[in-house]
Amino acid sequence: MTATVDTPLLAVRDLRVDFAGPDGPVPAVRGVDLTLRRGETLGIVGESGSGKSVTALSVLGLLPGTARISGSVRLDGRELVGLPGRELAAIRGRRIAMVFQDPLSAFTPVYRIGDQIAEAVRIHQRVDKAAARRRAAELLDLVGIPAPDRALDSFPHEFSGGMRQRAMIAMAVANQPDILLADEPTTALDVTIQAQVLDVLRTAQRETGAALVLVSHDLGVIAGTADRVAVMYAGRVVETAGVDELFAAPHHPYSLGLIGALPRLDGRGGPLVPIPGSPAPMAELPPGCPFATRCPLAEERCTAAEPALEGTDNHLSACVRSAELAERRPAPAEVYPVPALPGAAAGPGDRSARAQVLSVSGLGKTFPLLKGTVFKRKVGEVYAVDGVDLDLREGETLGLVGESGSGKSTTLFELLRLGAPETGRIELLGRDTAALTRTEAQRLRAEVQIVFQDPMASLDPRMPIGDIVAEPLLAQRAPREETARRVPELLRQVGLDPEHATRYPHQFSGGQRQRVSIARALAVRPRLLVLDEPVSALDVSIQAGVLNLLQSLKAELGLSYLFVSHDLSVIRHLADRVSVMYLGRTVEQGEVSAVFDRPRHPYTRALLSAVPLPEPAAERARDRILLAGDPPPPTERRIGCVFRTRCPRYAALPVPADRALCERERPALTGGALGAALGGAPGGGLGGAPGGVLGAAAPGGAPGGAPGADHQAACHHQGLVT
Amino acid sequence: MLRYLAKRLSYYAVLLIAAVFLAYAISATALQPRTYFEAKVPRPSVSSVERQLTALNLNDRTPVVERFGHWAGGLLHGDLGRTIHDTPVTDDFGRRVWVSLRLLLLGSVLGMVLGVAVGAWSAVRQYRISDRLLTVLSFVLLSTPVFLVALFLKNGAIAAKDAAGHEVVPFTGYETPGLTGGLGAHLADWALHLLLPTISLALGGLATYSRYQRGTMLDVLGSDYLRTAEAKGLTRGRALLKHGLRTAVIPMSTMFAYSFLGIFTGAIFTETIFGWHGMGEWLIKSINEQDVNSVVAINLFTAAVVLASGFLADTLHAALDPRVRS
Amino acid sequence: MTTPIPTEKRPRPAGRGRLVLSRLLAARGAVVGAVLVLLLFALAFGGPYLTPWDYATPDFSALHQPPSAEHLFGTNGVGQDVFAQTVRGLQKSLVIGLLVALFSTLLASVVGACAGYFGGWTDRALMFLVDLLLVFPAFLVITIVSARLKSAGWIAFVLLLALFNWMITARVVRSMTISLREREFVRAARFMGVRPLRIISRHILPNVASFLIIDATIAVGGAVMSETALSYFGFGVKPPDVSLGTLLAAGTGDAPVFPWLFYFAAALLVLFVLAVNLIGDGLRDALDPTSGASPRRSPRRKRRP
Repeated sequence: MTATVDTPLLAVRDLRVDFAGPDGPVPAVRGVDLTLRRGETLGIVGESGSGKSVTALSVLGLLPGTARISGSVRLDGRELVGLPGRELAAIRGRRIAMVFQDPLSAFTPVYRIGDQIAEAVRIHQRVDKAAARRRAAELLDLVGIPAPDRALDSFPHEFSGGMRQRAMIAMAVANQPDILLADEPTTALDVTIQAQVLDVLRTAQRETGAALVLVSHDLGVIAGTADRVAVMYAGRVVETAGVDELFAAPHHPYSLGLIGALPRLDGRGGPLVPIPGSPAPMAELPPGCPFATRCPLAEERCTAAEPALEGTDNHLSACVRSAELAERRPAPAEVYPVPALPGAAAGPGDRSARAQVLSVSGLGKTFPLLKGTVFKRKVGEVYAVDGVDLDLREGETLGLVGESGSGKSTTLFELLRLGAPETGRIELLGRDTAALTRTEAQRLRAEVQIVFQDPMASLDPRMPIGDIVAEPLLAQRAPREETARRVPELLRQVGLDPEHATRYPHQFSGGQRQRVSIARALAVRPRLLVLDEPVSALDVSIQAGVLNLLQSLKAELGLSYLFVSHDLSVIRHLADRVSVMYLGRTVEQGEVSAVFDRPRHPYTRALLSAVPLPEPAAERARDRILLAGDPPPPTERRIGCVFRTRCPRYAALPVPADRALCERERPALTGGALGAALGGAPGGGLGGAPGGVLGAAAPGGAPGGAPGADHQAACHHQGLVT
Repeated sequence: MLRYLAKRLSYYAVLLIAAVFLAYAISATALQPRTYFEAKVPRPSVSSVERQLTALNLNDRTPVVERFGHWAGGLLHGDLGRTIHDTPVTDDFGRRVWVSLRLLLLGSVLGMVLGVAVGAWSAVRQYRISDRLLTVLSFVLLSTPVFLVALFLKNGAIAAKDAAGHEVVPFTGYETPGLTGGLGAHLADWALHLLLPTISLALGGLATYSRYQRGTMLDVLGSDYLRTAEAKGLTRGRALLKHGLRTAVIPMSTMFAYSFLGIFTGAIFTETIFGWHGMGEWLIKSINEQDVNSVVAINLFTAAVVLASGFLADTLHAALDPRVRS
Repeated sequence: MTTPIPTEKRPRPAGRGRLVLSRLLAARGAVVGAVLVLLLFALAFGGPYLTPWDYATPDFSALHQPPSAEHLFGTNGVGQDVFAQTVRGLQKSLVIGLLVALFSTLLASVVGACAGYFGGWTDRALMFLVDLLLVFPAFLVITIVSARLKSAGWIAFVLLLALFNWMITARVVRSMTISLREREFVRAARFMGVRPLRIISRHILPNVASFLIIDATIAVGGAVMSETALSYFGFGVKPPDVSLGTLLAAGTGDAPVFPWLFYFAAALLVLFVLAVNLIGDGLRDALDPTSGASPRRSPRRKRRP
């Protein structure tokens, strides 16, 4: 660290935190040094268990009673560690304020939002109740909550996730703090909402001039927001540098690995580079560098002693070979072993020649909206799915993208139910699900299997993994010998040791558990695998390995994937085709490169623009389309286009007649003005000829792509570029 | 919120009707008033037994449903039928109900308030000496049946009387018979008589509530919102009181509804042991006398009280927790 | 990709059973409780061999005698040996407590799991039944019915106690089942074509088992308390059969003068229920992974949507 004349705003020196465990103290933070200057944004990035959140919490002394803290945290030169509770309380919320991860549990459920914010004001300022309330309303207005006066009287559960996080930020800046600590502030939110909240954080920072510490696992979020970054691993900072410097030329192999493991939205970057192994066990760390066991550059001296955080020019790194890395600037794939993978594409040849695995048209599903606790009364309907079209051919991966509430999960469950859909038609492997008998349905179940999001929740904790993997075989009444033969084979196939069949799920790490889940799904040799957010609960370095596994299994076994994800980068990386959903409807679909490079629906454009890129320069240079507000509740069936309440294109339409079209006619999935409507999508069946300002569609003509490009969108005005 | 409560109320009404019918059916078939009359000395004639049974609507040769219909018809006019001694059940009921309610209300409210306080305090001081001591104490209390607690207290009072040569604390009845003096003297007398029965009732409730409250409070101690409250700048004590305890008492309202059953059962024992002429003692007496109508009246009373406490718990829950209101 | 990724580099504790056992042993209360229960069982079933006296046969040479070497717990008014009686009563109370807990837990788990899993009308009907039975204190109904069951003996009494002791447990099992039903591993089983009853037995019940074990343990204590209370008032076990309740009833009146008639039985009763509660509490800590040694919040990360 170069010597600075002025004292830094916040200086953390050799911070150590231990938690009491059953077998003695377990370290969580092992000697962290951080410096925060006035007004700057420091990003702390790391995977789960790296100690990044604990570091943030220990600054304010908010750790549980079982934690032991040592080291020094100085605010403007004043030591905070060991300060009596009353004095610490005077600093909390006044000089250093905190934004927590999960805003639902972070607000007291029984008090109104306004009262909780006003309370924060009144703790530190001598104002009366009415003034505090006025101030709370101003703050809510600052963070962009509509009708703040009404919002004051809402309870936390009445707010959406994004609104709650805004309110949380409003509460944090209530006393104009010098430092804002944000601990994973956008982790539980959808991308478009994440973009809004990050924007609000920037606004709040600008208005108050506060320094921001942003803790996140997401390199993209860090890249677009932070000035400087600290990368944490196993309770220590392993590298710290300016954001551009760090992403361009990481000096620590771990940082390099993190960057290489991240799928990229722009499709560049080549195959994913997984970091081998799993995170270091904090309870029993090996001597030397904790990353050595996973590091491809590890040498003998790495296991001897833990390297210190050293370097020049504000770029510090804790690796004995950092100078080498600094000089050579290798790409991740040059350092980490990259598995040989078959191409991601479904293979050459005409799509329409391949067998259809799944065909869905006009799928609809409503739930009764119930009120009351004992005598449930139906008061309306929730249109969870209201017009979904899907088309998946053999050997393909179809990505299904949408934010929470878009009906992705409902769509999946409708498919897997193997029954007659409420409306529309589902054809699975050439069979209409509405016409299946019980036996046929049971047999068809073997052909379609699912992998869920959370590997912990989808494996029965009370069953050894051998039994878990065998369960589908059991359900299909497979002979005992076959089960005994298949289980070790499957475990080997997903990269697990067959010897571990008798272990229980909790004895495996997250990535390994997800492999068990995949093994179970493959047990009955299905042809279609439904993957419901299979990597979103995993750390980046682990996620890459699972994605690579999925890719090789598909080629090896000739599978087709229906891959549901909210993460567009993952879809871009893995899928051949993509289908975008909004409020229960398919709004755009087509070949991945066509949709991602030339999105036609304004929602897809906004979605793509909201995804943060893990590349600081590109991220800053990009112009963002911020969507206003939250998606409307799906409790009423909207006439016309469902997206128009948030649509920037609709808002900018100059001709009233064009707007009226959006309000009146429901747009059908068509090639629209830019291409031809292709088979599979019911072209313009609902009246309202596609066209809008640019006139009728020209069959065959497709200026945006190759003739007959596989790309449709449901927008009346898809010719416009706003 | 009103709609929510109205719905609960209508559900309880249905439950009450079903429960009362069930109680009537069980009592009318299980008890045998006929044997009570036949066992009289001198033994009455068959026709006289028959006549008396029919007059009291107790004749087991009339179908249960018919007897119930007759009884329910009376109930609509506030008539609970006649006891086996041919006196109106309502007379006994009216006399005894206040005796019991006095004990029940005081015992349950005291047990609850003290239990919540002790439990919350114990949670905040988890694993300290005071918490461990309270834990042991509450476990011993939880493991002692109410009738034993009552008996211990009574034996203690007797021992104290023997030692002092006069009654230190009264241990029979709810008032001193023939006491003269003003209102003050009567109130003091009542309070003194209430002491031991109330303690024996409240102790069990205290132990149960405090364990439960300790658990919910511990959950709250680990909650994110308590951390937020501290992050805003509230001191730990204020955060605990304003944000912690306020949320931790919500689940207690449900507990209240369930535990009332236990309190009532406890009251049967305490009344009998301390010689209170309340509903509990009446129940034991009526069962032994095969007095169907009295037993049904007591059942009606408990069902009504239990459902009322359930409704109170719902109201309390809705008032405490904005999430159930919407 | 077929190269096995290295699994754990260090040996993990071998499975759940040992983990639970080690946590159970760490809870001192549970160990004390278990030792106490074992000793009481030894006393209840081995006790009769420690004394030459039978519980019913009177020793006319010793009436109302205080405890002595001859009569360990003294004798009662007709010269019966109080030790023999107490041991016999303890035996009966323990057996009744165990059986009631067993039956009521079985009933509760079946009703609760079915109501929770199948939902709809099954659920509504079963829950109405539960609410209906909850309106009466069990004591009330049992006292009314017990008159009729004089001849059927204590087994009928056990069934009756069990019949009025399962409702709250069933409610909890139901709500646990409802949340389990939505868990992904149950969903996964459904999508694989596993049949409902099989899902209940293979996935639901094992996952509520820890709650059921804890609840059954505590129910043993509760059942013994109910038994003694009912027997005390003459509605449960009836003389000449003895249980702790009948002994307490017989000894109450004389307690101030002949304390051995009352306090031995009372102490054993409290001791047993206390021991059972201690085990239950220890089990709760051992089986519930969330009630660990670090009760306050631990830093956690929420999964992304």
